[in-house]
Amino acid sequence: MVNAYVPKTLEDCLKLLNEFDLKIVAGGTDVLIQNRAPSQLAIGYKKDVCYILQIEELKKIYEDDQYIYIGSAVSLEEIMDSMIVPEILRNTILEMASPAIRHTATLAGNIANASPAGDSLVTLYLLDAEIEIRSMNNLRRMKVSDFITGVRKIELAKDELISKIIIPKFEFDQAYFKKVGPRLSDAISKVAFAGAYIVEGKKIKDFRVSFGAVNVTVVRADELEQKIISRTVKDIKKMKETIVSWYEKAINPIDDQRSNKAYRKVVALNLLREFIENLNL
Amino acid sequence: MAKINFKLNEEFVEIDTDLNRRLLDVLRDDFSLTGVKEGCGEGECGACAVLLDHRIINSCSTPLANVIGKEVMTIEGFSKTKRYETIKEAFAEAGGVQCGFCTPGMIIATESLLNKNPHPTDFEIKIGLSGNLCRCTGYNLIVEAVKEAIKRGEGLW
Ligand SMILES: Cc1cc2nc3c(=O)[nH]c(=O)nc-3n(C[C@H](O)[C@H](O)[C@H](O)COP(=O)(O)OP(=O)(O)OC[C@H]3O[C@@H](n4cnc5c(N)ncnc54)[C@H](O)[C@@H]3O)c2cc1C
Ligand code: FES
Ligand code: FES
Repeated sequence: MVNAYVPKTLEDCLKLLNEFDLKIVAGGTDVLIQNRAPSQLAIGYKKDVCYILQIEELKKIYEDDQYIYIGSAVSLEEIMDSMIVPEILRNTILEMASPAIRHTATLAGNIANASPAGDSLVTLYLLDAEIEIRSMNNLRRMKVSDFITGVRKIELAKDELISKIIIPKFEFDQAYFKKVGPRLSDAISKVAFAGAYIVEGKKIKDFRVSFGAVNVTVVRADELEQKIISRTVKDIKKMKETIVSWYEKAINPIDDQRSNKAYRKVVALNLLREFIENLNL
Repeated sequence: MAKINFKLNEEFVEIDTDLNRRLLDVLRDDFSLTGVKEGCGEGECGACAVLLDHRIINSCSTPLANVIGKEVMTIEGFSKTKRYETIKEAFAEAGGVQCGFCTPGMIIATESLLNKNPHPTDFEIKIGLSGNLCRCTGYNLIVEAVKEAIKRGEGLW
């Protein structure tokens, strides 16, 4: 039988992770489906499990001058309802799954699951979000975009746990997330887009776009953003199709049963066109 | 195996079992609460919905370990309340029930929504019910049923 550990403190949890090889479970909305067993039988885990939702220290949302900190056991719903969380992230969560899933699922779970269709990732990449990772003997911090290295591939050692998501505070003129998928909610996204900008004296001071579900990980192209920044809004609008062609090369839609390659590329690029057309002085 | 406590339909319960079981199976097999249905078993349909600390969750995608010390309410427990009566009558009146398979989940979703937001817009009602599938009615009748419940239950939420 597979053992279940339910630590009440972070310290106990890190000790357990240090001693045993455990599968971390937060809300379980991904893990349970990935380990589905026939009805009435216990969940089909392949190794012993560490449940982390009873750890109070991981359930806080707070801020300082520079950052917003979200504990890894905070539910998506609580994040969505928190007034200190950036609006674009709250709106992104509103488009994820259903109320029932959002009440138990976590943001750290969405990150660690590292699915190409993980919606929050699109916005977290856009915001330069970081995570805090802990083990019994170490504490480190890294960008979400460095943490995820491929489809379901993450930079996490066996004894480590994501303890917080850290979001830099930033005032954009506009920032939004958009998902094009089959149903209002509950749909693993086909294509997701996030964009944000700042204009200062008619010139673009900050310009960011990211795309989800078009490649193995979220696509955000720093070098292209740098080519756009400090041009005037008018110029950007004029060179819209050139920018679209740059991004066309950066996007490389993966083919799966949900949607065909061509369709996804067209949708992604149209979302970019719309974003550029709506840039405001 | 472990002995754990939680509150189930207003009573404190203790159970000695494998914490790696789904809440759905524990409710049905150990507590005979068969109003909790298994539809898809994958978090997509809402037939297995229950309230956890007054918020809707899918019991098929919730491990028992995640309800330790918390409050679980199933349709059986909720059916003893005035709010339930109000929602049930509103669903009957508005034609929100046909085969009835989705109905317990829809009622749980309605309670979860109204408990948090007693005066939702149509859009908020749709979002509130977005995790519950109904193969019979088409969702408009159910949205109407929720609006009817809000009208009849003024002051209850
Ligand atoms: C019906 C349904 C609809 C869905 N819709 C969407 C959707 O629209 N968009 C979307 O992006 N996703 C969707 N999902 C997927 C899922 O709900 C999300 O990925 C969710 O955020 C996962 O969080 P969780 O807490 O349930 O993770 P879990 O299932 O508990 O864990 C997921 C993974 O993360 C690891 N993990 C969890 N917490 C930590 C931690 N603190 N440190 C290290 N590793 C950790 C686990 O080991 C596991 O590998 C849907 C799922 C279902 C069932
Ligand atoms: S059976 Fe749980 S959501 Fe379908
Ligand atoms: S009434 Fe039959 S599924 Fe909804």
